[in-house]
Amino acid sequence: MEKSSITKRLGMIGLVITVAVMLAIACATQKKASLTDGSAAEEVYVPPGSYDEYYSFFSGGFSGQVTVYGLPSGRLFRIIPVFAQHAENGWGYSEETKDMLMTSHGFAPWDDAHHPELSQTDGVPDGRWLFINANNTPRVARINLSTFETEDILEIPNSGGNHASPFVTPNSEYIVASTRFSLPIPQKDVPISEYKKHFKGTITFVSVNPDDGLMDVAFQIMVPGYNYDLAHAGKGPSNGWAFFTCYNTEQASTLLEVNASQNDKDFIAAVNWKLAEQAIAEGNYRTMDVDYYHNYLEHGSRTTISENKKSVRILDPASVPGLIYYLPTPKSPHGVDVDPSGEYIVGGGKLASVIPVHSFSKMMTAIENKEFEGEVDGIPILKYQSVIAGEVQNAGLGPLHTEFDGKGNAYTSAFISSEVVKWKLGTWEVVDRIQTYYSIGHLMIPGGDSQKPWGKYLVAMNKITKDRYLPTGPELCHSAQLIDISGDKMRLLLDFPTMGEPHYAQGIPASILQPKTTKIFPIEDNTHPFVAKSEREAGVTRDGRDVHVKMTTIRTHFAPDNIEGVKVGDRVYFHITNLEQDWDVPHGFAVQGMNTAELLVMPGETRTLIWEAKKVGVYPFYCTDFCSALHQEMSGYIRVSPRNSSITLSHNAQR
Amino acid sequence: MNRNARMLMLIASLLLVVPYFVPIWEITLEAPQYPEGLGLKIWIDTIDGLNPRDLDKVNNLNHYIGMKEIVPESIPELKLMPFIVGFMLIFGLLTAYFARPALVYSWTVLFIIVAIIGLVDFYLWEYDYGHNLDPTAAIKIPGMSYQPPLIGSKQLLNFVAISLPDIGGYSIFIAILLGVIASYTTFKSSKNKTRISNNETAQDADSGTTARRTATTDKLHAGPGAHSIRS
Repeated sequence: MEKSSITKRLGMIGLVITVAVMLAIACATQKKASLTDGSAAEEVYVPPGSYDEYYSFFSGGFSGQVTVYGLPSGRLFRIIPVFAQHAENGWGYSEETKDMLMTSHGFAPWDDAHHPELSQTDGVPDGRWLFINANNTPRVARINLSTFETEDILEIPNSGGNHASPFVTPNSEYIVASTRFSLPIPQKDVPISEYKKHFKGTITFVSVNPDDGLMDVAFQIMVPGYNYDLAHAGKGPSNGWAFFTCYNTEQASTLLEVNASQNDKDFIAAVNWKLAEQAIAEGNYRTMDVDYYHNYLEHGSRTTISENKKSVRILDPASVPGLIYYLPTPKSPHGVDVDPSGEYIVGGGKLASVIPVHSFSKMMTAIENKEFEGEVDGIPILKYQSVIAGEVQNAGLGPLHTEFDGKGNAYTSAFISSEVVKWKLGTWEVVDRIQTYYSIGHLMIPGGDSQKPWGKYLVAMNKITKDRYLPTGPELCHSAQLIDISGDKMRLLLDFPTMGEPHYAQGIPASILQPKTTKIFPIEDNTHPFVAKSEREAGVTRDGRDVHVKMTTIRTHFAPDNIEGVKVGDRVYFHITNLEQDWDVPHGFAVQGMNTAELLVMPGETRTLIWEAKKVGVYPFYCTDFCSALHQEMSGYIRVSPRNSSITLSHNAQR
Repeated sequence: MNRNARMLMLIASLLLVVPYFVPIWEITLEAPQYPEGLGLKIWIDTIDGLNPRDLDKVNNLNHYIGMKEIVPESIPELKLMPFIVGFMLIFGLLTAYFARPALVYSWTVLFIIVAIIGLVDFYLWEYDYGHNLDPTAAIKIPGMSYQPPLIGSKQLLNFVAISLPDIGGYSIFIAILLGVIASYTTFKSSKNKTRISNNETAQDADSGTTARRTATTDKLHAGPGAHSIRS
């Protein structure tokens, strides 16, 4: 009896211990799982009313625009219209902005925007401007980061497919551009099959005025007709050089996927831009007749000035020895990224099985010792073994782009294997890898292509999302994935959908941009020829068949809001001045039957839309941006009379 | 008028320089839509905003309720005030120099009267702006007026209006207070003198004490550097 009770008791104790251990294990496992998920949510959560730590700027790819997101939350703040007309605010439609999209091919209302790039001072993003390239009709644009507005677009002459652009030199002396698609230069009527004979590439350096940011084509370098793909400027010891990848050294003009993938190695072109400057200063260049546009914002009138330019300076590598060296790089390299120290030049050999890393110091020694294996059009080809610092083995399939954390690590996107591979500079060993969902293109670490990365987060930009979000028919969103890189292991924190197709992005601490945001445009500084600085200055005038309406907006009315005496066949210019001088009080303007777009007018600025008076009648116009408690009352009428009517032009603005 | 009273009058006069450089009064308007703050600063000769362009913003908001536009150039008091304060400043300095009890009394009384008139005038302006509303205003609430408080806070529709003196205003109040104290000590010492002159025997001892005391006070007040100033 006693014995059995002891056994029983022991059994009970055993059972209790077993259950306790199982519970403990279960708890521990559960705790581990919930810790990962729970803290990820916390780490990206920005409470209502709080701010994100970083601004990030994503290119819109085929949308032509730039989007602004907060990190770590992934919240979208703004779309900045750049290369595409934007009916939402009248960008590219209004009289003040439509010339921004003027090119030598005429009005170009769309483009393919790939690579945003922050201006830098001493090799670090300074938050003054954001540059971005247009791939289709070669252009570069500059966005002011106080107004978040495009204020400068420069067409690149002698170019096709401006892809390796607009990467910046350490003090924003230049941004670069180049030909992904070589062309007959100058353009002429030639058989496409005679590509090798007629087609050339150009590498362009665009100067940036340090005071007002105005861009200009400083010089172009005529290069062999390969496909120049991506670029990055040197920094630190390699400052004064810029590096460009190229593929299609086979010079195929058809079925490039096969014909441009035959050579084991293509090149990274190392361009000595300081030497180019010297050649220009010495007059060792030729000028070429070209046709391109420079469109920029005049600040007082906030109106575009569009200049047609006719000449460009050309440098030929054969006549400037030492201007360019080719670094053999496997295989059809895509990205070229220079580490923060400026010593290592990483090639993204997208068809290669390794990531080749060149050494700048070895390159300089090889140049000194003339360790060449050949020459193309006066450009020496350095020996691969003389310039290579190391090869990263097992680096994923389809390595494209590399960014740096400033702590000796590099992060490479691998498109085919859909992963980010983390490896060590110097030892070339892979130390971590993380899956992306799916097919990563570029990746971005705030400041990750500069001399001082803010190495806390990494953003992966994915081309394919398939099952990651609720489906929306055949066309799905592209996406970004936020990855924590502050520890030894990368941790996925957040997925968020993006606008268009972001190719590349840039990030910068909010503390740099936030304090300098523009709130209003002072009305006293407005020099628009049709500004009305008060309701007393509002009015209507006729100039032949053109009717100019100088109209003001202030909460909550237009002045004038009744216009009569307009006749069928008149072109009515609505010049809308927003008299508000308070932050976040734009007014909108739309009139029935408009064939263009609406206007959003920021406080203190004047914007103009043309409306054709086509049919007799009375047509309403109204404010489209909910501006105050009496927004619904903010409207008016324009009366259109027959052509032969004797009604004189009149309005009801106070005088 | 003794040395202390003269010193007080000197300080009071110099305090009147302050309102030429900083605002006298501040009316702030608090509402959720204005996290950056909104308000008016009343200066000796003008009215402007807590932030740049606040006056325009306030005028714009006021048009909903039909309040008259606040145009500093059309308020005559703002043209007079620099002269009134300037007069009191010079009058105060002369008082400190000539040290006549009659001057300090009249300075103090006059300034108190001026201050009261100023506050009443300010109240009347506020009353006028708050009550004299355009009958065609968009927002009309029966029985509602929009007069901000003279001092303190008050809910006006979605705004809490807070009205308080600013540094310039405080300087004026302190100047008046110093005038009152100077008048009081002058009055007391003159009474004392009368008493002393009635009692010849006590005079020597008493004036000796006063002289000693003054010397001590001077030392205390002078601080470092006082020597160089005197020598």
